Amino acid sequence: MPNPARAWREYPQRYRFEAGKCTKCGYVAFPPRLICPQCGNREFAKTKLAQSGKLLTYTIIRVPPDTFEDQAPYAVGIAELADGVKLTAQVVDCDFAALKVGMPVRLEFRKMYEEGEAGVIYYGYKFVPE
Amino acid sequence: MRDVAVIGIGMTKWGELWDKSLRTTFVEPALMAIDDAGVDHLDSMVVGCMSSGLFTGQEHLASLLSDYLGRNPVPAARVESACSSGGLALRQGFIEVASGMSDIVLVGGVEKMTDVTGCEATFALGTAADQEYEGFHGLTFPALYAMMAVAHMHKYGTTREQLAMVAVKNHDNGSKNPLAQYPFKVTVEGVLNSVLVADPLRILDCSPITDGAAAVILCPADMARKMKKPAIRITGSGQATDTIALSSRKDLCWIESTHLAGQKALAMAGRKVGDMDLFEVHDCFTIAEIMITEALGIVEKGRGGKAVEEGLTSLKGRHPVNPSGGLKAKGHPVGATGVAQAVEVVKQLRGEAGERQVKGAKRGLTQNMGGTGGSSVVHVFEAE
Amino acid sequence: MAGIVGYGANIPRNRIKVEEIAKVWGADAPSYKKGLMLEEKSVPSPDQDTITMAVEASKNALRRAGIDPREIGAVYVGSESHPYAVKPSGTVLAEALGATPEVHTADLEFACKAGTEGMFIAYSHVVSGVVKYSLAVGADTSQGAPGDALEYSAAAGAAAFIFGKDKLVAEVLHTYSYTTDTPDFWRREYQYYPQHGGRFTGDPAYFAHVLGAARGIMAKAGMTPADLQYVIFHQPNGKFPLRAGEILGFSRKQIDPGWLVPKLGNTYSGSSPLGLTATLDIAKPGDKIMLVSYGSGAGSDGFIFKVTDRIEEVRNQAVRTRDMLDKNKNYIEYGVYAKYRRKIRKAE
Repeated sequence: MPNPARAWREYPQRYRFEAGKCTKCGYVAFPPRLICPQCGNREFAKTKLAQSGKLLTYTIIRVPPDTFEDQAPYAVGIAELADGVKLTAQVVDCDFAALKVGMPVRLEFRKMYEEGEAGVIYYGYKFVPE
Repeated sequence: MRDVAVIGIGMTKWGELWDKSLRTTFVEPALMAIDDAGVDHLDSMVVGCMSSGLFTGQEHLASLLSDYLGRNPVPAARVESACSSGGLALRQGFIEVASGMSDIVLVGGVEKMTDVTGCEATFALGTAADQEYEGFHGLTFPALYAMMAVAHMHKYGTTREQLAMVAVKNHDNGSKNPLAQYPFKVTVEGVLNSVLVADPLRILDCSPITDGAAAVILCPADMARKMKKPAIRITGSGQATDTIALSSRKDLCWIESTHLAGQKALAMAGRKVGDMDLFEVHDCFTIAEIMITEALGIVEKGRGGKAVEEGLTSLKGRHPVNPSGGLKAKGHPVGATGVAQAVEVVKQLRGEAGERQVKGAKRGLTQNMGGTGGSSVVHVFEAE
Repeated sequence: MAGIVGYGANIPRNRIKVEEIAKVWGADAPSYKKGLMLEEKSVPSPDQDTITMAVEASKNALRRAGIDPREIGAVYVGSESHPYAVKPSGTVLAEALGATPEVHTADLEFACKAGTEGMFIAYSHVVSGVVKYSLAVGADTSQGAPGDALEYSAAAGAAAFIFGKDKLVAEVLHTYSYTTDTPDFWRREYQYYPQHGGRFTGDPAYFAHVLGAARGIMAKAGMTPADLQYVIFHQPNGKFPLRAGEILGFSRKQIDPGWLVPKLGNTYSGSSPLGLTATLDIAKPGDKIMLVSYGSGAGSDGFIFKVTDRIEEVRNQAVRTRDMLDKNKNYIEYGVYAKYRRKIRKAE
């Protein structure tokens, strides 16, 4: 069973969408980084991601990895948020037939998976149709 | 920098090799390559393997394999860049010989994938993605490529039939390859009716889970000529990285790392992509081959689907792609693929490819890719 | 003067009809529907639980409150389906909202009235002045045992209330609580489903405490039903709250805006709190609202609120309760319901 520290470390991102905005070129790093991949600057201002956007692409996973075995089939997508950041997440509360490129979505707090019967419960974000 | 030649190749049949362990799987083709080269010693070994740790609990792989190849105390290293581990091993071996550091180098690639369940294998393959921002959300490799396919279909009008045609072509070629995992033909209808893995990709759009290995022996081209061996030279090597997460790419429909690695390799060889007689590329999924032909410049951006439909990349076409059957029909033991691509190109340039021989082949290019394009390695080979 | 500064709700979109459950157990659907005055209930998706619903309901409350989450000094989550037996739902909630680290939190349990107990505690902190704002949530994804009467009604939902002394949308005029040891419904540690005393859950349990609390708070306030615009009772089924209202002398008009159970089911700790969020969605400034919860074991909490002008400014800052209840519904079959609610035994 993995140490819960690895997930706990990502809470500011997974729970509150905390990101870093490069003070020189405006690149938004999610998760935050030490060095801007666009301009090499090392200073970032605290920011949070926009909470809604549009799907750029999507698919429906029918063969899952073992952690998500019980959840298949489930939809995933990449959305471009209102602030230009592109994010990958599951798309839920949506009939598969309704998925399409350009669909407006927003972010919601959901359970990702549980570490078996006795382990930690992992929470994070998913897209729901706007 | 010295000229580098490939003087020995080795590969055994790929598939679900239940009775072969990881070490046996590697040693058999490695011995074939050593025999083919006729060398009596090695100066160094480089092994490409994505994840012997997750698949069989075995790390420290280079040491294990040098031991079982009977080559201790030869220096041995294992390199990893997900599915391009084999191509990366080839590049490291090339650099060792070209720089003068070593003369005779064994480059091998191996993966033993069937000692875990299907779901565990999917998880292990998924480690090539961004664990915290893709894997955490339940993404798999078929899903990531499916998203690239959806974007490509939306932007360029690529069709599911065109995707299926890649599988049909590669199985056609693979049916002529006695070492292929699936040496049988498939039809477009068969692909389109096969079970869905991640919409729109179906099981026949996806390369399989495979056990297998391949090996080559590299040495300075001058040494090859003195040994009176056909000096198939590696004239270009290029590698490039890109963002690990698909969502961070500038263009979801374009594989920039392959484009850059290809440019570098061709520039080093002083060649253009049109000079190549054949290509062995990384068709982990049918959409990948389409996007790779665009990124390498074999066809214009967006025209990869049309090109396969028009037969441009078939065995008898103007730009044969994957005469070996590709990952799709030949199989994809992850770390071995990049080296097997080299084995095929060398066979073709030696004129030893039998039924799938590209007539008069003198120059070939291999392209090996990791993840969704986070790394790409390209090599150019030329016969004297 | 202290009261509600922001309120919010979260209801999953899946629904299962009484007929669908009755079909599986060979029960007579029309008599259940008539007897319980219930048509369908909400079902949480596998990725929804008390914590996720609490987070989304609280975010809606924050939107209406318009405060910085760091100003929240205490967070209380009341539920009988906390995801952990030990590790508070409140810490995940506080972390997700950005109220950490300077915040008190604890989880509460009192069957269906854990939510309103949380409201009382949160309100009291503000009144006493130890915190500036406090948050109380009632949320549940309760289980009814397969084939048991409670399976028709056990549903999922969450309601959140931020209390403070300024920016009020509804002032708390009075609070009251009526508690006795009454073993009408309980669940022992390590048991998956609760047990209950059948018809004993009626007059000696629900009605004794609801009527006791209602009469008690109205006496304390010097009010009669005529002085109140709206009343919300705990809703284990459609019948009980209507009967309680009838006995006390309330009209249907006073009860209907907060009477969600026929299409929602019993959301346990969320039950009367969601009735309150639905009522606040339509109440006018000056309206007085009485809330009487019920939790088995047993007890009832009473509140009387007076709506302020500010409610008109902020009510549309977040989604309305009835919009979540009535729109975008996803009807599921019993097999999917059993899979979602983990009633199917799988391989180890």
